[in-house]
Amino acid sequence: MSKNPEFVKFDKVDKSYDGKVLVVKDLQLDIAEGEFITMLGPSGSGKTTCLMMLAGFETPTNGEILLDGNIISNIPPHKRGIGMVFQNYALFPHMTVYENLAFPLRVRKVEKDEIDKKVDKALSMVSLNGFESRMPAQLSGGQQQRVAVARALVFDPAVVLMDEPLGALDKNLRESMQYEIKHIHESIGVTVVYVTHDQSEALTMSNRIAVFNDGKVQQLSDPAELYEKPVNSFVAEFIGENNTFNGEVVDIDKDKCKVKLANSEILANPISVNSKGEKTTVSLRPERALINPTDKMDNMFTGKIEEVIYHGDHTRVRLNLLGSSEFILKVPNSTSNLELKVSQDINIGWNSTDARALDPK
Amino acid sequence: MSSETKQILTTDGIPLEVSLKKAEKKNKIKAFLLVAPLLLFLVITYVFPIGEMFSRSIDDKMITNMLPKTFKEMETWDGKELPPEEVFAGFYYDYKALVEKQEHGKLGQRLNKEKNGFNSTTKRLFRNIKRKKIDESVSIKEQMIKVHPNWNKVEYWQAIKRTAPPYTLAKYLKGMDMYYAPDGSVAQVDEDRRIHRILWLRTLEIAFFVTLFCFLMGYPIAHLLATLPMKYSNLLMICVLLPFWTSLLVRTASWMILLQQQGIVNDFFVMIGLVADDSRPEMMYNKVGTYVAMTQILLPFMVLPLYSVMKTISPSLMRAGKSLGGTPFVAFWKVYFPLTIPGIGAGCLLVFILAIGYYITPALVGGASGTLISNQIAFHMKQTLDWSFASAMGLMLLSGVLVIYWIYNKLVGVDNIKLG
Repeated sequence: MSKNPEFVKFDKVDKSYDGKVLVVKDLQLDIAEGEFITMLGPSGSGKTTCLMMLAGFETPTNGEILLDGNIISNIPPHKRGIGMVFQNYALFPHMTVYENLAFPLRVRKVEKDEIDKKVDKALSMVSLNGFESRMPAQLSGGQQQRVAVARALVFDPAVVLMDEPLGALDKNLRESMQYEIKHIHESIGVTVVYVTHDQSEALTMSNRIAVFNDGKVQQLSDPAELYEKPVNSFVAEFIGENNTFNGEVVDIDKDKCKVKLANSEILANPISVNSKGEKTTVSLRPERALINPTDKMDNMFTGKIEEVIYHGDHTRVRLNLLGSSEFILKVPNSTSNLELKVSQDINIGWNSTDARALDPK
Repeated sequence: MSSETKQILTTDGIPLEVSLKKAEKKNKIKAFLLVAPLLLFLVITYVFPIGEMFSRSIDDKMITNMLPKTFKEMETWDGKELPPEEVFAGFYYDYKALVEKQEHGKLGQRLNKEKNGFNSTTKRLFRNIKRKKIDESVSIKEQMIKVHPNWNKVEYWQAIKRTAPPYTLAKYLKGMDMYYAPDGSVAQVDEDRRIHRILWLRTLEIAFFVTLFCFLMGYPIAHLLATLPMKYSNLLMICVLLPFWTSLLVRTASWMILLQQQGIVNDFFVMIGLVADDSRPEMMYNKVGTYVAMTQILLPFMVLPLYSVMKTISPSLMRAGKSLGGTPFVAFWKVYFPLTIPGIGAGCLLVFILAIGYYITPALVGGASGTLISNQIAFHMKQTLDWSFASAMGLMLLSGVLVIYWIYNKLVGVDNIKLG
């Protein structure tokens, strides 16, 4: 079966609730068949609205949404055949687990034997066999969550939407559920559109991530590229930790530029700057800066330790560097670790390719 | 393991249970003191009056106290033939005592209710006693029979014997259009005099339909209230509650102004040409008026419990129902509606119970068909002064409500009720 690269297509979609503010602006997004795509963004960025438009609970103000080549803007939710997992699970509290799972099959007039088989299969997928006759209130949060996932998958929908499904779970459970959902997706190959504001969740689970802000997709790429190569300062800020320097480009060639800060100059990788005199924000991941680098690096400075915080697997060091006291370093903890002390002076270095000169904040 | 080692001790060596009880005792006393005023209030205004009503409704001690000697002698009488001399003597001396206390008239009236003709029969005995014509040294039985031949009839003595027990269910039977026949069995009154049964059925019918109308109108309102944005739902809530802030009589009177034949609604119908001016429909002084007015007045009692239940139902449940493939109707019927049943139960129970005891509104707008069982109770309280009958009917109404409550509990479960 050949995969359709435009299985779900948002075509120039706008959405406004009050006629004054656009919550989704000119959205252009293609989702391939069998893909796990995450819409990531802060609250109010329009990601949930996009999901609701795809599910059919909101109508686009302008533009079209296509599912497998068909325009679905005028199809009511119950005819779209899209499974959905809600933020608070939305299990029917008056029905048993079995009845919850059987609901989408019963409304489709599936035979009783077939229902039993499918419910059984869906429950074994989330390893909840034997829970058929429980009421949702008798289940733990994680179990309810898994029932909700099973219910969204039991009728073999083409697309499954998940609206921050793990938001209510505690950290450990959330992490194990992330892997579980990822594995379910890999084993049955359904297209998943996942909405979250938790970046680590997005990085763990997705094939591709669409970072939303202000009603627009800021960057759409796979997790590694998103983290390593953010295209603008919002994405750099939003995904992972980030050291920033605001300055002005004073010299630029093909793969290097010189950025003038308040009282020094650094070399950076020009991503969204083109000419001299432009304002820019340089972004550098904390783990890309090294202490006392042995290799030759093209950015070498000396900073003063302001704060040392022990984090178990690593130590966070806050430095006063280049006039800013917010420079963060992540140092892996090992037996050969350096003695880091407050108000000590240390040498820091990084490569200009890792320092990305992006649009000014 | 012995039971002693199982017992958990606190660090001071006191058993944990004892220590816990001691710690909680103070809280329990506090809690009790807080509810004590309400408890006292309920006992004084509720438990005590109902007990009083009950004892009044079955009380029949008047004759028992008036004729102590008679009933004592009657204990050995089999009630089949004319009683022996001792019973006659007992009645004579009892009656004589009543004549001295001037209470003989009451006895005559009361006995006349049991058996027609008793009034004149006792009056003649009274005159003979006044004129001292009875010779107490010879047989009193023969002299009494000479005074009035009715004393020679066994039915009259049977009637007296029937009034002997200090308690009677006669009032309850009367409330169901039944009575004790002379032979002591329960009999039905003539068909054309069965007024109470009609009233009971009418009361149930009106309560049922008012509940139904309240439900049909209240459900969508409550749903709208629960789903509208705050600023609109507040306004709507005020509209729902507005009737609460107006006196019952004012509301009923305004319905009279609206519904009467020359009233506003009829004028409007004539104006838009729906009905001719000379054939205005009667919308008042019949059941239509009762239904309209009572539904409006009781509507908030349906809306509020429904609203409080619907408010707790997450809108994502309906969405889930739809996204799983249910049409909007299926999602509503299979998901939303079952979750509102506790509210429906509470609302219907409230409205039905209130409607079953309603009385001013149906009396004012219902005309001849507006007489319900509560009007009958009020009538006997105020007009005939038959308080024991009024009490009996009141208690029958109360037990009816309790039966409904019981059925409801079996069907829905009282634990599921949500009143707010």
